[in-house]
Amino acid sequence: MTKSLAPGAIDCDIHPAVPDLAALLPYMDDPWREQVVVRGIDDLASIAYPANSPLTCRADWRPADKSVPASSLAQIRRDVLDPFGTSIAIANCLYGVQSLFSEDMAAAYATAVNRWMAKEWLDKEPRLRASIIVAAQGPELAVDEIERWAHDKRFVQVLLLVSGATPLGKRSLWPIYRAAEKHGLAIGIHAGSAYHNPPTSVGWPTYYTEDYVSQAQAFQSQLTSLICEGVFNKFPDLKVVLLESGFTWLPAHLWRLTKFWRGLRMEIPWVDRAPADIVRSNVRLSLQPVDGPPDRDSLLKVFDHMQSDELILFSTDYPHWQFDGTAAIPDGLPADLVRKMTHDNPRATYARLLETVA
Amino acid sequence: MNVQARQTPTAAASSKLAIADGDIHPTRKLASEFDPWLDKRWRDDVATFGARQRQPWQNAPAYPKAQPNASRRDAYPPEGGRQGSSLPFMQQQHLDPANVALGILNPLGTGQGLQNIDMSIALCHATNEWQQEYWTKPDRRLRASVVVPYEDPIASAKEIRRYADNADFVQVFMLSRTSEPLGSRKYWPIYEAAAEVGMPVGVHAFGYGGNPMTPGGYPSYYTEEMVGHSQAQQSGLASLVVEGVFARFPSLKMIMIEAGFAWAPSLTWRLDNAWRRLKQETPHLTRLPSEYIRDQVWWTTQPMEEPEPRTHLRDAINWIGWDRLIFATDYPHWDYDDPATSLPLKISEAEREAFFIGNARNVYRGV
Repeated sequence: MTKSLAPGAIDCDIHPAVPDLAALLPYMDDPWREQVVVRGIDDLASIAYPANSPLTCRADWRPADKSVPASSLAQIRRDVLDPFGTSIAIANCLYGVQSLFSEDMAAAYATAVNRWMAKEWLDKEPRLRASIIVAAQGPELAVDEIERWAHDKRFVQVLLLVSGATPLGKRSLWPIYRAAEKHGLAIGIHAGSAYHNPPTSVGWPTYYTEDYVSQAQAFQSQLTSLICEGVFNKFPDLKVVLLESGFTWLPAHLWRLTKFWRGLRMEIPWVDRAPADIVRSNVRLSLQPVDGPPDRDSLLKVFDHMQSDELILFSTDYPHWQFDGTAAIPDGLPADLVRKMTHDNPRATYARLLETVA
Repeated sequence: MNVQARQTPTAAASSKLAIADGDIHPTRKLASEFDPWLDKRWRDDVATFGARQRQPWQNAPAYPKAQPNASRRDAYPPEGGRQGSSLPFMQQQHLDPANVALGILNPLGTGQGLQNIDMSIALCHATNEWQQEYWTKPDRRLRASVVVPYEDPIASAKEIRRYADNADFVQVFMLSRTSEPLGSRKYWPIYEAAAEVGMPVGVHAFGYGGNPMTPGGYPSYYTEEMVGHSQAQQSGLASLVVEGVFARFPSLKMIMIEAGFAWAPSLTWRLDNAWRRLKQETPHLTRLPSEYIRDQVWWTTQPMEEPEPRTHLRDAINWIGWDRLIFATDYPHWDYDDPATSLPLKISEAEREAFFIGNARNVYRGV
């Protein structure tokens, strides 16, 4: 089924892919470029999205020539920008640079990805915007990277993985949030682990299915961390966007978090508003994957439980297989909610989308 | 025991409908209460080296609680000792006034998940004998859990079979923060034995499996640890489904204890959606994840989620099923749910009966 979106819709999560490490070489400085060759470093594709997993790329989006999905502008135009008629799509590059254990190497690779993104994608396609890739294990270097790109209004967000070395609310990461807030950049938190900790709080699972499902629990933990540590008290203008997080877990998580906040707030007295209020002012979530119930009435109840039509940002999660055809928006949602998700909410979240880019 | 000290229930209490309580925490008044069932070696080693867990402290939880022993300040027994250590006072303060007809004992801090697995085996067995001697024999409303040293599943299965014919024991008791996800084949001997003896396996919040408490590392606050029990149980339940425990042991019943329940619908939807995409890697699953969960999983209710408006809670329970929830108070802990006030919904008599006692009678062995 084809659903056309109203003109001006914004897709908040697509994934242009680094085809291989060689593609980044022109964007690396020595000694890092030299090390790639001398040490025989071939590839940093993360196990978060196994190359041939059905979820990693929808079958009809896999290139016939077996090239890496979503690694060319032609593919992205043909598969997602043109069919959905989006005016803007935000590119969140998922390449395993955040998993490097060396802070310096990770920062150098992140810089290379950002240069590659600017040159190979943003310069060539005016509908694209992008996230600044940083390696959060080295917060000072991450801030340097944010400062390097802050002048370029095509970068609208700083991207973190949902599971890194430390919880995202921890004070060691606050310089990243300070820089993002200062420059009007959102903080995007995307599914996927650096795998510096086991991917679940009870250890390493057997199957990829568990790894993928557990991303929702990782997001819950990080939302708890950001709120309890007082990130939104310290940086009240900061917008945090949970990407490929699912969202149907949000109401029940807030019920529980609110209950313990009421009971234990002597421990975190700086949290001076109910968690649901903080989410409404500072946190947004992308649409795909919907993780919804099989029936429309239940899905409408979930939206009702969220008690706001401003939380969800339209996304296709291209090329991940979350829906078929162009049915990125579940059937039966009210038209005004769809309009909010596709147009109003992204613009209200990403301040930089309102700015003209050269 | 001090049954003669039992007080007469109040008139008001006796008029209340009987309930089951799926989560009561008895504790020892004195550490030496386990001694009759511990070999000298373990008495000596516990005294010398302590029961070392996979966390930093000798005599404290990883995250300081918000009040002593995480228990109600009004729950200290008048004769002394910590909260939950006196049967007469538990009867007077909780069992009688709440009209608990069936109370499930879930002892914590006993010796599960220790670094020294042999010590864990010894302490768990002592815990089980102690429950019977100190609690279920003197008060027939109470039923015991087979506390198992789950990081040694072979020893755990042996412990379960030891109580196969003992009607005082109605469930197998694990903690949720395991060293590997609950569905890992390492733990399968536990599920096999539980299914064989007809006991559900209750998985209670807490424990120290040695993994950071979130997939992004150790958080800072007790608040986060508490909220995080829900995430640990979600990952554990996902593992049980995906790794094929329910498919392999179709008569197994699992009870998720003290980690909330309102998260279950979203997790179930996510599992179904992910499995539809990825089922190539799990050919051992012949049904949707939601179907295994619908047939083989229960949840205790405390700490009950409290959405505003409360009708959202009814939506959540409708999605889970009114036949799946087992009322629990968590006595004597601080976040005790009072049966008189903790389900502020208009419900039918059938729903009330199921929620407060009927479901418990269906799931625990022989009650």
